[in-house]
Amino acid sequence: MVRLFDNLKELYKFRVLVQNLVSRELKARYRGTVLGFLWSFFNPLLLMIVYTLVFGLILKGGRGSEFGDSSTLYAVFLFTGLLPWTWFSASALESANVLMVNGNLIKKILFPAEILPVVTVLSNLVHFSLGLPILLLFLIAFGKGLTLYALLLPVVVFIQMVFSLGLGLLISSLTVHFRDIRDILANLLTLWFFSTPIIYPLTFESIQKSSFLRTLIDLNPMTHIIEGYHSCLFYGAPLHWKRLGITLLVSLVLFVIGYAVFDRLRDSFPEEV
Amino acid sequence: MPAIELDGVSRVYQKYSSRHRFQTFKSALVRGDLFGSLKANEIVTAVDNITFQVEKGETFGLIGENGSGKSTLLKLIAGIAKPTAGRVRTVGKISALIELGAGFHPEITGRENVFINGIMLGLTKKEIGRKFDEIVRFAELEEFIDAPVKTYSSGMYMRLGFSVAINVNPDILLTDEVLSVGDAAFVPKCLDKIDDFRRRKKTIVFVSHDLETVKKICDRVAWIKDGRIKMLGEPKRTVAAYLQDIAAKQEEDFQERHAEAASATTGSAPSVFEEGRRENRWGKREVEIRKVTLRDLDGAEKHVFHPEEGLAIELDVAAASPVEDFVFGIGVFNSLGTHCYGTNTQLEDLEPKHFEGQGKVVCRIERLNLINGTYYLDVAVHKRDGYPYDYHQNMYSFLVSSAAHKDVGVARLPHTWEFSPGIAFGPPDEKEP
Repeated sequence: MVRLFDNLKELYKFRVLVQNLVSRELKARYRGTVLGFLWSFFNPLLLMIVYTLVFGLILKGGRGSEFGDSSTLYAVFLFTGLLPWTWFSASALESANVLMVNGNLIKKILFPAEILPVVTVLSNLVHFSLGLPILLLFLIAFGKGLTLYALLLPVVVFIQMVFSLGLGLLISSLTVHFRDIRDILANLLTLWFFSTPIIYPLTFESIQKSSFLRTLIDLNPMTHIIEGYHSCLFYGAPLHWKRLGITLLVSLVLFVIGYAVFDRLRDSFPEEV
Repeated sequence: MPAIELDGVSRVYQKYSSRHRFQTFKSALVRGDLFGSLKANEIVTAVDNITFQVEKGETFGLIGENGSGKSTLLKLIAGIAKPTAGRVRTVGKISALIELGAGFHPEITGRENVFINGIMLGLTKKEIGRKFDEIVRFAELEEFIDAPVKTYSSGMYMRLGFSVAINVNPDILLTDEVLSVGDAAFVPKCLDKIDDFRRRKKTIVFVSHDLETVKKICDRVAWIKDGRIKMLGEPKRTVAAYLQDIAAKQEEDFQERHAEAASATTGSAPSVFEEGRRENRWGKREVEIRKVTLRDLDGAEKHVFHPEEGLAIELDVAAASPVEDFVFGIGVFNSLGTHCYGTNTQLEDLEPKHFEGQGKVVCRIERLNLINGTYYLDVAVHKRDGYPYDYHQNMYSFLVSSAAHKDVGVARLPHTWEFSPGIAFGPPDEKEP
């Protein structure tokens, strides 16, 4: 625990570097593209169109009875979940590679390596924030409208950030020794995506009927995080504090474990990346 | 108080076996020992119990062969690697020129990279802003600073990296072989900058294979061998001892290879010499060369000769049935394949009469008169019309080596210098021991 605080203090000292690396990441990612940072919301937008086509128009039953006949309402619901999910999955996938990609830095320059997964999570947070205005616009134009509960959004964002950071630290350090994680992860994330109420609402009949499915979905921390977004943005309802509280606790535990594993493997990075 | 203090520092590298390399996360989970499988099963000691101090303002050189542990030592001082045992203590800000431009991102401009690299090396944004023009001017990149770094040549890349690192203005500067990549115009500039550091009484640790520069700029030099300090002290003496060690090792290697080659001659064509060299043996061996021995004129077997020394090539030959037509010959080639000398008994008008059974043929060269280098030997016995009995091509070699002789060319022609009284020379340079 003492080491954790020392590490966090050290990390804080490097905040300017983190800030600069995040902006470098953002600049570098879309350099050479015509649309530039607009891709930050085009990507989830296109994904939303794909899912709307499949579940809104083709597999109409697949989206639940909640949305009635309104495909646009369903599309907005989808977008509310897809945008934060993109942040989460991109952070996890990029974390798996980040130490190897920046192996040169780890080998040659003295700085705390945890900056790298942190930068990954944060730069994807920036992409998420860039997509947010579009989401809010959609919610107002095609959704149920915004309520004051939307102001609770930062709480959900914070919990997701802690969760992503914990996972990022764990994945990035373990991947150095087990390169297989990268491949497992891509498939695992697909499974994870479908185990999270993003393309279907929790009120879906088969979930409500089966206590097994409900338990399974409830055990997934991302369920409660995405439900948080749905509550405060899509439904305009208060957050489910108990569930989110437990999720925060789980996220903090993951963060501590992730950081401990990272710290333990730290000295092996310069040789192994 | 010393600027750098190493106290019994060791660094052990963990080498994972190939079995581990292919181990998967899943199999580790299944066996239930995630951390157990992360333990190394082979250990390599890169730095072994090293203790020394570098005083403030001192320029300290580290020399040694590749893989001797110099770079690891530098990383330990820089704090990039942690010692497995012992203690490293440093006073003041450190800048490590281990790899220039290590943090550069190819997609963004030189300007942005200067800022990020500077921050990584410990500068604040403000400081970089203040020094920015100086950094760019030193790197001579005024025109290109707003182009993405991926468009830079490797020289430009290196110049920018050096320029940022040197402008960090550290108390301790660690450099690892960084000057070896610069062009002829940039290296003196870097050396100037390093001189400037020395004048300002900064501490420098200088790792280099450029021994002349080491001798010139270092106050003290440590020679690292196999992770240990072999010698530490005055630069000239340390460098000389290091060079001597290298030469000794060369001769040892040579003898070893030669021994292998000799033992292989009875079998099929040996291939212990460097790749691409044509070693060959052909002929039906009606007359066979069974063994070739190189000796000095006193008869001692050896392979390393002084240019002024003599060489006796001794052939053990055998003919199963009587022959009346035979020519013995030798040829000397240098490492470029140039035929330095060749002769045979026919060219010297020796008329063959009769040979049967076993015998010895010795070709005595009274003085080699060759320049330093490796030489390869052809020996042969054939008929007068060229029909080969036994031809050994490039199968033997010897080394001509002398620290005192630096002349160039193919052969060392016997000579002396004479000057008219108006042309004056000082006494010759003090020779290295």
